Amino acid sequence: MSSRVRWRVRAGHGFVAAYVVLLVAFGLVPTGYAIAFAFTDSTGAFAGLANFAAAASDFRFAAAAGHVAVYLVLWLVTLVVFVVGLALLLHRVTSRSLSRSLRFLYYIPGALAGSASVLVWLFLLDPAVSPAGFLLRAFGFDTFGQVVAPEHLPVLFTLIAFWTGAGGWIVVMYGALNTISPDLIEAARIDGAGAWQTARRVQLPLLRKWIVYMVILAFAGGTQLFVEPQLLSQASVGVAGRDYSLNQLSYDFAFRNDNVNTAAAVSVELLLVGLVAAGVFVVRSRFFDAD
Amino acid sequence: MPTDTRRSAPPLHPAAAPRPATSRPHGKARSPLAALVLGFFLLFFALPVLWLVLAATKTDDQLVHGDPLSFGSWQALRANWEALTAFQDGAILVWLGNSALYAFLALVITLCVAIPAGYGLAKTEFRGRNTLLVVTLIVMLMPNATLVVPLFLELNAVGLIGSMWSVILPYSFYPFGVYLAYIFFTTALPTELLDAARLDGCSEFGVFRRVALPLAAPVIALVGFFGFVANWTNYFLPYVLLPTSGQFPVQVGLGELLNNVPQFNPTVGELAVQRPQLALATLLAITPVLLVFLFSQRFLVAGMLAGATKE
Repeated sequence: MSSRVRWRVRAGHGFVAAYVVLLVAFGLVPTGYAIAFAFTDSTGAFAGLANFAAAASDFRFAAAAGHVAVYLVLWLVTLVVFVVGLALLLHRVTSRSLSRSLRFLYYIPGALAGSASVLVWLFLLDPAVSPAGFLLRAFGFDTFGQVVAPEHLPVLFTLIAFWTGAGGWIVVMYGALNTISPDLIEAARIDGAGAWQTARRVQLPLLRKWIVYMVILAFAGGTQLFVEPQLLSQASVGVAGRDYSLNQLSYDFAFRNDNVNTAAAVSVELLLVGLVAAGVFVVRSRFFDAD
Repeated sequence: MPTDTRRSAPPLHPAAAPRPATSRPHGKARSPLAALVLGFFLLFFALPVLWLVLAATKTDDQLVHGDPLSFGSWQALRANWEALTAFQDGAILVWLGNSALYAFLALVITLCVAIPAGYGLAKTEFRGRNTLLVVTLIVMLMPNATLVVPLFLELNAVGLIGSMWSVILPYSFYPFGVYLAYIFFTTALPTELLDAARLDGCSEFGVFRRVALPLAAPVIALVGFFGFVANWTNYFLPYVLLPTSGQFPVQVGLGELLNNVPQFNPTVGELAVQRPQLALATLLAITPVLLVFLFSQRFLVAGMLAGATKE
C-alpha cells in the first residue's frame, strides 16, 4: 500500500468520524439502553422476559396493538391506492404547468406535519366550525364528540396521515413514472393498450419497487403513531385516544406509571418491527446500490 | 432527528426526479372522470390550508356562524394576534424562537457532519465502509420515534435532560442526509476530477474543500431542506425531553395552547384561548416551513435533477 493510499484511507475515516460519533451516540447507544432496560428490573438485575410479559399482560397492550394494526391496514391501503392512482392521473395531464401546480398544492399540507396537522383536523372534524360541517351533519354527526368516537379513530388518523403525507409520495411516484422510457409507453399504445392497460401492464410493474419502498416506510412510520392520538385525547379530555397507540403506552409506562423497564420493553418491540422492516428492504431490494 | 418519517417530507430519491421533457408520454384525450378525481383531491388537500388562513382573521363568533371560506376582518386578526401574544406573556414568540434556534443549530451540525460523511462514503475506501453504509440505510429507514423513550433514558443518565442540547444533538443525527450526500457524490462527482486535483498536489481534505464542496450546493440545499423540515415539525422528541414551557418548540407549544381552548377542554378557566387564536398560532407555526416550500421548489428540483441525470 503506497503512503498516498494509506493517507486516503485515513482521510476516509476523517470524513465520516463526526457522523460515526452521532450514529453511536444517538443510534446505537439508545438502542443498547433500550435493550438493557428491557431485560432488567428496577434494581438493575437481569429479569429475562418479565418486562415483556408485564407489557403484554397489561390490559391496555392488546388494545393498543390492535388499534395500531387496524390503522396500519387502512393507512397503507389508502396510501397505495390513492398515491399511485393520483400519480398516474397527474402523469396524463397534458398541461405541464397544471400538472406541476397540482403536485405542489397536493404537497403543501406536508408543511403542517406534526401537531399542526392534528390541530387543523380537530377544527375540520368539529361540525360547529368545520368548512365540511355539512358533510359531517349529512353523516349524522352533530357534535365533535360523535365524530371522534373511538370506532372512528382509525379512519380519522388515516385521513390526517394521508392529508399530510400523500403529497410528498405523489411527487416521488410522479418522478418514478418519468423515469419509465416513453418508447415503452409508445410501444404499448401502438399495440393498442389503453390508459388502463398501459398502467396495469407497463407502469405498475415498473413502479413496484417504489411502491414497496413507500409501503415499508409508511408501515414503519405508522407503527409509531403518537402525536395524533395524544393531541386528540387532550382535545376530548381523555375520552378518545388515551393509550391508544403503543408509543403512547410506552410513554405512559415511563412517565406516568414510573416503570421505565416495561416502557423499554415496548420500545424494543417497536424497534424490532422497524429494524426488521428496514433490514428486509435493504437486503432484498438492492434499491440502494448506487456504486 | 425526525421522529416521524411518515409525516416529514418523504425522501425524494434523486433518481425519481422529473426528467426533462423528452420522457413525457403523449397526451391523451382528457377524461372528465380524471378531472373530477384530481379536482376532488385538490379541494381535499388545499381547502383546509385556505380555511386555516381565513380562520385566523375571524372572531370565534364568525368562525361558528360565518361562511367558512370568508375573510373575517383585519381588526379581528389584530385582536387575535394580541390575545395570542398575551397568552403566558408571549409564550408563542418564545416557542417560535425556540423552534428556530433548535432547528437552525441542528441544521448547521447536520450539514457539517452529513456532507463530509456522504463524501467519505462515496469517494474514499476504508475498512468498515460497507458496514457503515448498510447501518446508515437501516437507521435511515427506521422511524426514529422508536428511540425517543430510550433516548430519554440515555440523556437522563448523562444529565442532559432540560438542556436544549437534548433535542439539538439527536436532531443533528440525520442519516437520510448522509444518504442523500452519498448518492449525490457517487453519481454527480466524477472521480477523475478528484484525481486531477490530487495530481495538482491537493491534500485529501483539500480535494473535498476545493473541488467537491463547491459543486455540492444542490445537495447541501436538499439536505438542508429535509433536515430543517424534519427538525421543525418534530413533536415527540421535544415533548418527551423538554420539561418546561419556556423551552418548548412551537409544535409542543401548540399542544399547550390546545389545552387552554374551552371548546376542546371545558375545564379551563378565564385564561382561555379562543379557537381563532389557536388557528393563528397554527398558521404561525407552519409559516417557516411553508416559506421554505414555496421558495426552494425550483432549486430543489434542479438539485434532484443533478443527481438523476448522471445515472
